[in-house]
Amino acid sequence: MTMLSSPSAGPVPGGSAAVPDGEGSVSRGRSGRRSAGERPSAVATGILLLGALYCLLPVVWVVVASTKSGSELFSTFTFAPSTHLLDNVADLDAYRDGLFWRWMANTALYAGVGALLSTLVSAMAGYGLAKYTFAGKNTVFNLLLAGVLVPAIVLAIPQYLLLAELELTNTYWSVLLPSIVSPYGIYLARIYAGASVPDEIVEAARTDGAGESRTFFQVAVPMMVPGLVTVFLFQFVAIWNNFMLPYIMLGDDRLFPITVGLSGLLNQGASQPALYTLVITGALLSIIPLVALFLTLQRFWRVDLAAGAVKS
Amino acid sequence: MRLSTGTRIAALAAATALVASACSGGGDGDTGDGAEAAGPVELTFWTWAPNMEKVVDLWNADHPDVQVTVNKQDGGDPAVTKLLTAIKAGSGAPDIMQAEYQKIPQLVSADALADISGTLGDDVAGHFADGVWNAVTLGSDAVYAVPQDSGPMQFYYRADVFADLGIDVPTTWDEYAAAAATIHEKDPEMYLGTFSANDAGWFTGLTQQAGASWYGIDGDAWVVDVDSDATRKVAEYWGGLVEDGVIDNKPMYTPEWNAALNDGTQVGWLSAIWAPGVLAGNAADTAGSWEMAPMPQWDANAPATGTWGGSATGVTSQSEHPEQAAEFITWLNTDPAAVQALVDESGIYPADVPASTEALSDPPEFFSNQPDFYEVAAQTAGTVQPFTYGPNINVAFSAYNDEFAKATKAKKATAFVDAVEAMQRITLDDLKSSGFNVSE
Repeated sequence: MTMLSSPSAGPVPGGSAAVPDGEGSVSRGRSGRRSAGERPSAVATGILLLGALYCLLPVVWVVVASTKSGSELFSTFTFAPSTHLLDNVADLDAYRDGLFWRWMANTALYAGVGALLSTLVSAMAGYGLAKYTFAGKNTVFNLLLAGVLVPAIVLAIPQYLLLAELELTNTYWSVLLPSIVSPYGIYLARIYAGASVPDEIVEAARTDGAGESRTFFQVAVPMMVPGLVTVFLFQFVAIWNNFMLPYIMLGDDRLFPITVGLSGLLNQGASQPALYTLVITGALLSIIPLVALFLTLQRFWRVDLAAGAVKS
Repeated sequence: MRLSTGTRIAALAAATALVASACSGGGDGDTGDGAEAAGPVELTFWTWAPNMEKVVDLWNADHPDVQVTVNKQDGGDPAVTKLLTAIKAGSGAPDIMQAEYQKIPQLVSADALADISGTLGDDVAGHFADGVWNAVTLGSDAVYAVPQDSGPMQFYYRADVFADLGIDVPTTWDEYAAAAATIHEKDPEMYLGTFSANDAGWFTGLTQQAGASWYGIDGDAWVVDVDSDATRKVAEYWGGLVEDGVIDNKPMYTPEWNAALNDGTQVGWLSAIWAPGVLAGNAADTAGSWEMAPMPQWDANAPATGTWGGSATGVTSQSEHPEQAAEFITWLNTDPAAVQALVDESGIYPADVPASTEALSDPPEFFSNQPDFYEVAAQTAGTVQPFTYGPNINVAFSAYNDEFAKATKAKKATAFVDAVEAMQRITLDDLKSSGFNVSE
């Protein structure tokens, strides 16, 4: 699945820039000063180019390999493209009456709905933790921090056993529900709400007679948008690339997301050949929506701290 | 006949080792009658055989009351792990499950498969070879699955390369070693085969040919016999070939291996009856240059072979309609039309003897140059040696992967024997700590 995750490697540094006190703004200031007189260091440029190659080569490989027919894949030069891309897409389309497109739609549903709900929950929880004082607030936040440290993969089996009790395994819910709560998203939203929503504005909204929910949705959320876009993209990519959770939860192959479906094409057991060309073509098609999403949502990161309304 | 007492042990295992059975046992047919009135019975079927849904469509068209839905799973181990998780959790298992023969003792001891002996017709057993039938009954009166396909092993080789180099097809392992040396000497890039540390089932088949049986029964206890003379002999033989460098040490089923099949640097493959499908998928352009022969032998006077792969279809203990499910798997694996469809659509070598003779008249397309393909196959299938699998074969297999990965990297014959010893220790320890009655 490294092929699938590689495009996400690019935007992650941009993600940290959305955190107002993060390193992004600091390094920007430094480089700004330097650009006045000095030339960029050849060593640094070289290292960055190497990094770019490291990230881009696998993508290039997927693009090139998806143009090859099954027999060319293992016999021609690695980066020599061929002309079979459309044949491969047609083969993939024909596989079990277009099941691949259903997997794509499932992934879009899991990632889209899951990330939206997760962003909403994160925004509410983060705002609550940042702007209210209540007993046990610090305990909750510390627990949350601990949750950030536990990899989601460890929780997959306990979540399976829990959902099996509710007879919810092998349904859309079994993948959606665990995806909604993201400790990291709440953490990020809390930091962002604390920094970008001044207490004075919340007070002012209350003084003007807005209820708590109106204050949140109409005053706080617009100020948190850049942070929430980050949370959304982060969750979207995490769910899009998630393998373990849907793999354990789902038995019905019509509910599979792309990752689990493609893995099935590779692991056909010893007595069947792996369907490499289908998997590679499928991997290529599956990163297109991710790339499109990043290109369209990237501009929101630039908004940065322009949302500040009062001097403090 | 070591299998014949297997079930008593398996039943014992089910009773002693199973902690989580309380919640999974209730489903057996209790609610079947009530649900039938509500409409057609819906059965789910986990399988990894390609195009199985097309075979199932034949059934669905004729049986509006019992509709089967295929859920394609990852092949082999992953599907079993998933099933065992679902059984432990108490819900989420399918009605019908494809399982490799070596997994059946493990599934039975986890109470994952239902005993369908009560609903099967008396004539079903007669469709299958005794050894195959034993693998699904574990030698008892119970029946845990109906055999679907089998995988007797043969030797596949590039006939054109053999002719070019003037090499005869090896009939003994000594000749195989000599041929491997000659081929590698003529072209240092070329290998007659590879020792794969990723394919435990393949190595199991090789030791089965040599007379090994990794598990056994002693009274009411399991015996772990991985570290037997036969297994050591096979490990030492292959370790020697790898040490001499005349056999490759890279795993099979990798892109690298596929490339080697394509460019003719792997010119032989010790594989099983389903090999044509894999070769056709991975090296389509080499069609017509391969041929198949019986395995090289340890004793030319007593031809023998092992099996690699092969699977059965069982009814899970969570199924609410075990009768209909048993009816379906009987049809799937013994009805002539169904077996023909399994051959045509899924490309398997059916376990059903009467129907398969009919279904397998022509050689597979990839081997159209060898008209007697299935005759040779049937002849080798008759020489399959008995072999007993145990309830923690998954542990033995993963120990194989770990230990032989080290041994193939070390390229020392002694390391291969060490790996067998380590497998024995790991498998035995696990069986004991899982609470099975084990005799040493």
